[in-house]
Amino acid sequence: MGPKSRRLSFILMVLVPLGISVALVLAALKDNIVYFYSPTELLVKKPPMGQRLRVGGLVKQGSYLLEDDGITSKFVITDKKNEVTAIHKGVLPDLFREGQGVVGEGHFNTNGIFEADKVLAKHDENYMPPEVAEALRKNGVWKGSEKP
Amino acid sequence: MIAEAGHFALILGLVIALVQGTFPLFGASRSNYGLMALATSSAHAQFFAVLVSFLCLMYSFLISDFSVVNVALNSHTLKPLIYKITGVWGSHEGSMLLWVTILALFGIAVAIFGNNLPETLKARVLAIQGLIGGAFIGFILLTSNPFNRLDPAPAQGNGLNPILQDPGLAFHPPFLYLGYVGFSVAFSFAVAALIEGRVDPPWARWVRPWTLAAWCSLTIGIALGSWWAYYELGWGGWWFWDPVENASFIPWLLGTALLHSAIVVEKRDALKSWTIFLAILTFSSALLGTFLVRSGILTSVHAFATDPERGIFILLLFVLITGGSLFLYAMRGPVLKGGGLFSPISREGALVLNNLLLTTGAAVVLLGTLYPLILDAIGGGKVSVGAPFFNATFVPLMVPVLLCCTIAAMMTWKRADLLGVLQRLRFVALTAVIVTLMVLWLQGTKAILSAMALGVAAWLIIGSAVELSERIGLFKLSLTRSLKRAFGMPRAAWGMAIAHSALGIFVIGVTASSAWKIEMIQLMKPGEIILVEDYKITFLGTSQIKGPNYSGIQGQFEVNMGGDVITILKPEKRRYEAERSETTEAAIFTTLKGDLYGVLGEASGKGAWSTRFYFNPLVSWIWAGAIFMAIGGLISLTDRRLRVGAPKLASKPISNAAK
Repeated sequence: MGPKSRRLSFILMVLVPLGISVALVLAALKDNIVYFYSPTELLVKKPPMGQRLRVGGLVKQGSYLLEDDGITSKFVITDKKNEVTAIHKGVLPDLFREGQGVVGEGHFNTNGIFEADKVLAKHDENYMPPEVAEALRKNGVWKGSEKP
Repeated sequence: MIAEAGHFALILGLVIALVQGTFPLFGASRSNYGLMALATSSAHAQFFAVLVSFLCLMYSFLISDFSVVNVALNSHTLKPLIYKITGVWGSHEGSMLLWVTILALFGIAVAIFGNNLPETLKARVLAIQGLIGGAFIGFILLTSNPFNRLDPAPAQGNGLNPILQDPGLAFHPPFLYLGYVGFSVAFSFAVAALIEGRVDPPWARWVRPWTLAAWCSLTIGIALGSWWAYYELGWGGWWFWDPVENASFIPWLLGTALLHSAIVVEKRDALKSWTIFLAILTFSSALLGTFLVRSGILTSVHAFATDPERGIFILLLFVLITGGSLFLYAMRGPVLKGGGLFSPISREGALVLNNLLLTTGAAVVLLGTLYPLILDAIGGGKVSVGAPFFNATFVPLMVPVLLCCTIAAMMTWKRADLLGVLQRLRFVALTAVIVTLMVLWLQGTKAILSAMALGVAAWLIIGSAVELSERIGLFKLSLTRSLKRAFGMPRAAWGMAIAHSALGIFVIGVTASSAWKIEMIQLMKPGEIILVEDYKITFLGTSQIKGPNYSGIQGQFEVNMGGDVITILKPEKRRYEAERSETTEAAIFTTLKGDLYGVLGEASGKGAWSTRFYFNPLVSWIWAGAIFMAIGGLISLTDRRLRVGAPKLASKPISNAAK
């Protein structure tokens, strides 16, 4: 193998994996990322039905309910302006509390109820997920008067 | 007084680190041996100063001195002794102090073990270590001083986050930091080599043990972290592609690449410029990881309340260290001309491919980790990038790495006979295909990906075994001669075979535990029975428990298999009064075949409890694989070649541009 073709094969060796990975990343970014919405943003942006997404806010006081099967819990996520009813089948995280920050990941069913298959509540009482904190801050500042 | 002593020792450490970072560098450029010798003595002094400071903080924790803010915020008199000790690095301030202590430890280690280094190189390496140390001690003193006082002192402390009150905290952060910080040595060697304008095989031989040691520690650190998350968080998962996990995984990937490219520099005097670049990248990624964790800009299980000022400071350090070294690389890199030529089909070529794929993999993980930040910064909305992204991008990139692993180990340097190698591997390939087909037959065509993954695992494990037996002439020579050869074989060869087959064990664990996991969530009344896999689980009831600093409820579940009671699972829900928080303690019954994992949920009011059981097949193989990988690394570390003094000046300087 001459020096030229050797160089060529090295360049190919570099470009092929790079090309493949760029393609993989682009395809994955299109399909595999999950957007975060506050209840207000949900009303405004109206993500397509069935899309996987995250909804975050505070667990509304007095909204938590354990259904009769003992494993499905129902609660309301609020940003103090709008709210979303969520259900979760399974055991909630230890720090799940009414009045505390929560992020659920899942999709909306046909009844408009958010079916969260993952519920995140952070393991620090002082800690608020940044998305939730910002969503709440926005509402506090905007008072619903400005643009969506 | 002790806290002030610790504070003072840390300031002293800063001053020494600055001396260590400047005078020897100057001395090396002027051939002043007196100034160069300062590097060794100041590395010793810096370590002792920082160690004293660290011990002072530990003492404050041990005696529960709540007049120290850090202790008041993170400790409690009722906390068990071990968590008073480990609590030292349970907070941001303390963990940064551990970081610089380990950095200074590596500094003194280089000073002690680096006796065979040329004087100028040693002085420069230690000086760079000193500069990094100085920067981080400065960071601690300015933004995160663990010795700040609180007046008046509270009578009781806030306690430590209960999640952290676990033996995991004793080992996970120290090992992780040994890994992160250990890569600083490779970095310092790289920068020193750039200053000298020379990289040669002895250089690679000096760098490799440090890289190996760091890599082994990081492997253990990550494995411990994932195991801890597995048993503590109660979700039955072991890896969540959480930003902080990724932050430790990126240096691991780059460190693995570095480990392999340094071999090429050592054996073939090639890939020098790339290896230097990789050494810089590896440590930079460790710094980036520190920044991501400490700034709290990413949502993560590790994101405890943080302070943006610190984040900016660390970002500044990151930009300075990485930017500075990359600038130096741009200036001096072209000076480093490669030595040995090689054909693309050769062991070098295979290692280049390994490096390309590993670095691309690291880049993909980095992109997935930072993408939410980037998108948010440009106003594209808030997103989270989770497992599906990484499964679709990272995993396909690693498949060729695993496949080539076995082939590369059999290739010769310079130019290899690919067909010949494949021929030698035909039985291995056949076994891999049989494994794949058997899994398909047992599990159905839906399991095609898992079946292929297990085939790859067989390829790795059996391939390594075949490579080893060929080396020692097993079945070709008499057994005694084979054994003799086995003992005479370089330790590095053993290390490689063990680490590569460990990768196969790891792949088996990952595949089986994710593909055939069983999850059952149900409401159970005492006396009720459920079936999970081959286990019959009877809920016996619950009882109150009381620990040293918590109270709680324990559930008892009798586990039957084949009519015998094999264990009683006792998952708990604990309430930590001082910290006013609850934790769930999963109960795990581990066998080689898999883990039975039980979690106690909520009481429903009618005497029934929600419970969750997982059967995670072969899950412990994941950590066994990681541990064997580290063992492979450690065996490689004991190779004579790395221990005995490397020959000095094996090749002449490439350039005199250093002057």
